[in-house]
Amino acid sequence: MKIIPQLKIAAGALRTHKSRSALTILGIVIGIMSIIIVMAISQGTENLILGQIQGFGARTISVEPGRMPEGLADMYEIYTESLKDREVEAIKNKNNVRGNNLVAPMVGFMDTVSRGNEKMRTMINGASELWMDVLGVYPSEGRMFTDDEARQISYTVVIGDEVKNQLFGDSDALGQKIRIKGKNFTVIGILPPVGTKMMMDVDKLLVVPYSTAQKILLGISHYHAIIVEAETEDMVPLIAQDIKNTLRDLHNISSPDKDDFHVGTMEEAMAIIGSVTSALSALLISIAAISLIVGGVGIMNIMLVSVTERTREIGLRKAIGATRGDIMTQFVFESIILTIIGGIIGISGGAAFSYLIGWGIKRFGGFVSWEFYFPISAVFLGLGVAATVGLIFGLYPANQAAKKSPIEALRYE
Amino acid sequence: MALIEVKNLKKTYNHEALPLEVLKGLTFDIKEGEFVAITGPSGSGKSTLLHILGFLDPQTSGTCQFNGKGMQDYTEDEIAHIRNKEMGFVFQAFNLLPRTSVYDNVKLPLIYSDRPEKEWHDLIMKAIKAVGLEHRLEHESSQLSGGEKQRVAIARALVNDAKVIFADEPTGNLDSKSGATIMATLQELNQKFGYTIVLITHETYTAEHAQRIINIIDGQIKSDRKVRKRHDANHGFHK
Repeated sequence: MKIIPQLKIAAGALRTHKSRSALTILGIVIGIMSIIIVMAISQGTENLILGQIQGFGARTISVEPGRMPEGLADMYEIYTESLKDREVEAIKNKNNVRGNNLVAPMVGFMDTVSRGNEKMRTMINGASELWMDVLGVYPSEGRMFTDDEARQISYTVVIGDEVKNQLFGDSDALGQKIRIKGKNFTVIGILPPVGTKMMMDVDKLLVVPYSTAQKILLGISHYHAIIVEAETEDMVPLIAQDIKNTLRDLHNISSPDKDDFHVGTMEEAMAIIGSVTSALSALLISIAAISLIVGGVGIMNIMLVSVTERTREIGLRKAIGATRGDIMTQFVFESIILTIIGGIIGISGGAAFSYLIGWGIKRFGGFVSWEFYFPISAVFLGLGVAATVGLIFGLYPANQAAKKSPIEALRYE
Repeated sequence: MALIEVKNLKKTYNHEALPLEVLKGLTFDIKEGEFVAITGPSGSGKSTLLHILGFLDPQTSGTCQFNGKGMQDYTEDEIAHIRNKEMGFVFQAFNLLPRTSVYDNVKLPLIYSDRPEKEWHDLIMKAIKAVGLEHRLEHESSQLSGGEKQRVAIARALVNDAKVIFADEPTGNLDSKSGATIMATLQELNQKFGYTIVLITHETYTAEHAQRIINIIDGQIKSDRKVRKRHDANHGFHK
């Protein structure tokens, strides 16, 4: 038996039935394309989310009100007013929490800001100088307010790139005033365009001193979060535990189940998100795999029809010297050729669609840091899966063909 | 030694509970270079006999030997190899591959042979020239007339230099003129190139192109005779 001539025979037989071959290939194309798209998009999403969190810094610990949400019912917990100046001071106290850490309270809210007739509704962060280090975003023009300014009431604001464009257009914004809740704030810094970080669109953000946001703009005495920058990365788990112990002591909490706060580290967040996205990817890939199996059954069906239709041809080939192995090889080759062509089209189509979807996410979803992800492993996986499907689903019809008696096959009407 | 030796050959088909004895103890032999026609009415068992002679179907009892060995002496793959190397088949319905060129149809047995690929082209051209179709090389089988199709089938039977050609009603689907051409081709192959030819036909005038006619009726040999005036038969063909 010669492989190349056998391949030529198989290819020739497929060319003879062009539309049937094309429809069979379509089933495989859809299956492979789904797998590739799912792989590319889920990996892109995971990279995006992890990238957003990684931007937060490995030394960062966040303390937030309410116990760790475990379901929708726990979401109202974030409104708990458990984090106030007392808690900030307790965390800063080296007797409670080890290390030379930086501690910064934060508040966040949505409101309408204006300059003259220009208005926009957007997110406002009340923060300190530490905010820049945590997000890794520094003003491209002007400066950030100092920690002293943040502690005192100060009517200064740092604005995102889009806020600047929307309120000031091409004119200079530094030193100009904008109004938030009827109060005038002086623009002291402008952030560069950076897109989304920590799930916040930084370009549409305004950052004001936390004390001003808390006391003047919101009129509250609690914080929405306390950010702690640990002295070293190694100390993060110990410091997180110290914070928990300190706050439990302060709030007289005897059991962790009754916590009115939760402490998060980057490592934990990434592990949780990693496992969620992996589970999601597995689910989506299994769905895509089902469509591939459907494509495979389609191939089997078509190949069985083809075997029946070509019974006399099989009889002739056997009469002139083809062995069972030759006939088997020919039909298996036919299905493998179909699936590999389907695989190649599916991979290319999948890559193209993934790129388009990624472009849409970037363009319309605002996730400028989205990166098109198309691993070379997807190509091998796609082709490997396609060839395996072809082999598995081609074996049965091929065997049916190979075991035909030449005489019965030649007599077939 | 005879090329084909048949002794007390029987074939019974078991259709459900009713056994049907098609061949009832045939004995004869065919020597290398002979042109033998096996004739008989429809249902006499002549095609069954050809299938057994061509190692396409096993007998129920008795022996059928080709070159001194029977089908039972070989494995399935060895039988396929013998059919490929030693035997050529020509069928009434031509059995050419559709939408495939004359050249590729003739090439088919070589794909399953152990001949090196570099020899293929010469062998194919030689076989196609032997049947006079070198001007139709790239034509697809559907573009050929019935007679031309059968000549392609003959070329396919010749391409691997078989010892014997089994032709099952080769003129059955052809008009008399094309039939005459096919028979002339087979005669030429026998006389000029020494091929052994076993022809199955129910037409007496076709059978008379052979050197010997074995007549089978109801699964038994009715007569086994030499043909004396072969060329007269040619005239008879055009009557």
